[in-house]
Amino acid sequence: MHIFKHTNIDFLRWRWHAIALSWVVILAGVFVIATKGLPKAVEFAGGTVVIEQFDHEVTEDQVRQALDRNYPGGGHDAVVQAFGDPSTHQVMIRVPAVGSESGASLGVEAQKVEDALSKAGLAAKRQGAEIVGPSVGRELTSKGIWATVLSLIGILFYLAFRFQFSFGVGAVVATIHDLLITLAFLAFFRYDMSLNVIAAILTMTGFSTNDTIVIFDRIRENLRSMRRDSMNHIINVSVNQTLGRTIITSGTALLTALALFFFGGEVLHGFAFTMVVGIITGTYSSVFIAAAIVSLWRGSAPTRAAAHAPAVAAPTSQQPQRKQKPQRKARAS
Amino acid sequence: MSNLRWKVVTVVAVFVIFAAVGVYPIVAQRYHITQPTWLMDKALKLGLDLKGGVHLVLRVQTEDALRLVADQESERLREELKAKNVPVAKIETPDATHIRVEGVPPAQDAAFRQVANDVTTNFERSAGTNGVYTFTMRPNVQVNLRDEAVVQARQTIERRVNELGVTEPSIAQQGTNGDEILVQLPGVTDVERAKEIIRSTGLLELKIVEQGPAPTREALLVNNQVPEGMDIVPGAASGATADAATVFYLVKKVAAVSGTDLRNARVSVDENNRPAVSFTLSNEGGRKFGKVSGENIGRQLAIILDGRVQSAPTLESRITTEGRITGSFTQEEVQNLSLILRSGALPATLTYLQERTIGPSLGADSIRSGVLASIVGLLVIVVFMLIYYRLSGVNAVVALIFNLVILLGLMAYVGAVMTLPGIAGFVLTMGIGVDSNVLIFERIKEELEAQRGVRASINAGFGRVFWTLFDTHIAALISCAFLFQFGTGPIRGFAVTLCIGLISNLFTSIFVSKTLFEVALSNRQQVATLSI
Repeated sequence: MHIFKHTNIDFLRWRWHAIALSWVVILAGVFVIATKGLPKAVEFAGGTVVIEQFDHEVTEDQVRQALDRNYPGGGHDAVVQAFGDPSTHQVMIRVPAVGSESGASLGVEAQKVEDALSKAGLAAKRQGAEIVGPSVGRELTSKGIWATVLSLIGILFYLAFRFQFSFGVGAVVATIHDLLITLAFLAFFRYDMSLNVIAAILTMTGFSTNDTIVIFDRIRENLRSMRRDSMNHIINVSVNQTLGRTIITSGTALLTALALFFFGGEVLHGFAFTMVVGIITGTYSSVFIAAAIVSLWRGSAPTRAAAHAPAVAAPTSQQPQRKQKPQRKARAS
Repeated sequence: MSNLRWKVVTVVAVFVIFAAVGVYPIVAQRYHITQPTWLMDKALKLGLDLKGGVHLVLRVQTEDALRLVADQESERLREELKAKNVPVAKIETPDATHIRVEGVPPAQDAAFRQVANDVTTNFERSAGTNGVYTFTMRPNVQVNLRDEAVVQARQTIERRVNELGVTEPSIAQQGTNGDEILVQLPGVTDVERAKEIIRSTGLLELKIVEQGPAPTREALLVNNQVPEGMDIVPGAASGATADAATVFYLVKKVAAVSGTDLRNARVSVDENNRPAVSFTLSNEGGRKFGKVSGENIGRQLAIILDGRVQSAPTLESRITTEGRITGSFTQEEVQNLSLILRSGALPATLTYLQERTIGPSLGADSIRSGVLASIVGLLVIVVFMLIYYRLSGVNAVVALIFNLVILLGLMAYVGAVMTLPGIAGFVLTMGIGVDSNVLIFERIKEELEAQRGVRASINAGFGRVFWTLFDTHIAALISCAFLFQFGTGPIRGFAVTLCIGLISNLFTSIFVSKTLFEVALSNRQQVATLSI
């Protein structure tokens, strides 16, 4: 069974369209982030989250009214959301305030929320709480950014070492592209930046290079067997040859991410959403962006001089080369 | 063919071992089958977010430890200067790492330097100008003190948590400065008591009262200043109830005896049958206390806990090793207090940065949805692979199940913790894991189309793809490593799951899958077709 049999799509012809499309999405994301900001989860923003279970059905409006009437400062800053399975009558309440870090009073706001609920006659049982002081968020943000940047640099160096520098650049640009697109979608759909979402973004940087590496690997292989062809032709042939595999593996990864999104529960929602977006944009960027960057970086010169294999080695040479696969005898397609 | 036999033996052995470690304990627990304890100890542990419990992040205020040393050395300097008859106008500690001395008489400059060099060994002395000297704490001393403070705080918290009787608590240092302490208490429900006990400094000091009690702080000032070598400490009047007005005591700054001289503390009652805490001092502490109490009979002794006078009884006789703290305590308070005193004082105050409580039902919900997502994800992939690759799909599915078994087994073996994001990593490992199989199968298809034999195509497929897989897995491991570095708790669990999944995937997709093909082909002489 074949989804794509012998495709011959000129992907590089569409590279400017693809790059333009990506810029549109990224700039729209920048616009939304600049005007409305990225919503931050409590781990980053600081504040108090409680998950309360009521013994009967309670609407979000009832909770909000109770806060408006009885919570100091009113409930207009509070986020109230039904949580988990509706039959469990659970509601998540988030307020930006948090007790003082010194002293044992970090949790006073949670108590105040509960007092406000019980005054309104909504007896609730605390199922969970997350209370974060203001100094945690700052540290986490910088740690998250550093981890992302360092992992990108790590990948750049690894690919520069295993392939060529231009390939490393292509993969890293494609990954940064995926990061920005994912951030844009997180901003469009107003998902909170949480630790789980950051974890998903970091995971994505690893796996969006996955497809890219497979394509690069084929380009490297074809550079040896198609030495008289132009770089752009080789890129196109390589992307087409690996297209079936790219679509199938992205498909299976996407299916599991969707399983997480629909069945993984409330806590993993943001994580699963990030993975879904990341997998789609990762596939798109490996096909349209990564190789286009390599071709732009190197220009479409004849490949002879640029090929990784030594120029003297004949294409059919069986001589084993360090850290390279054995040479192919025949073309695959 | 004996080569193939060994491969099959290896594959089966690996499967059996990892299934025994990773899967069997889970199944046995679920269906209440008894099993040997050595296997149970290795069973995959659940993280706090799945099991329920309390997660606290505290910061050790390491400044306090520095300030203590600065205070002690400036006091020693003051006493020593007095003893050597070197009068100075003022000795003060403007912050935690500096001592400032003013008004050293020019004639006694050399004598001052001599005393200062002997006493303030932890400080760097500035060249004095106009009789003013500044002492700065040496940087290496600062670093050591800060490190010690965090380690001591961690050990003290450990002792306290152990006295609370929590099973499998986890206490770890973290944070960029290493001054944060992560406390995880699985199954704890009384959060407030746990927090109070962890955070109490528990610093017990016995100091001789110079003057007081007075109704206001100002009443004890001399020339609007706290007299040198003295301190003003608030407290409740002796024998009063908790809501009585605060009174103030002027006490000696240096404690006669402190919590470090304490050997034991236990719940008792005072002469009015109210709850109290009795304590026993070490021999060394008893000797010091005996000297001080003998010299000060008839005066008041302030029993100060965490900077507050609990009671100030009059010394009626010389006391050595036994003492009692009385005040307006409830039974629970004296229980907590004796626990805190037994576990030793914290070297610095702690602040709470973060507090997370996960109720048991919340954890159970997470497990349920995580398992559901895993099953749905697995089914979807199995169905897809079987339809798309037919018999070779069976090969991929077997390799995938292998992968998951090895993942669970390795996680259990290395003592990794399964968290909710870890379950997500588990699900993703399935989706991304079949990637390797797809890559190999697509390559085999290409080779078959190039009119090569089935065996040659399979060999070429595995051989050519090996380095591609190697590269993709290394790149993914690089980002995993940084993820591990970044995260704490649940996120670490996720990174560990992913890393182990990547490594086991490399093994199953290449070794196991290839062996399966070889087994399938070994009984056929002429192979013309491959179901792929």
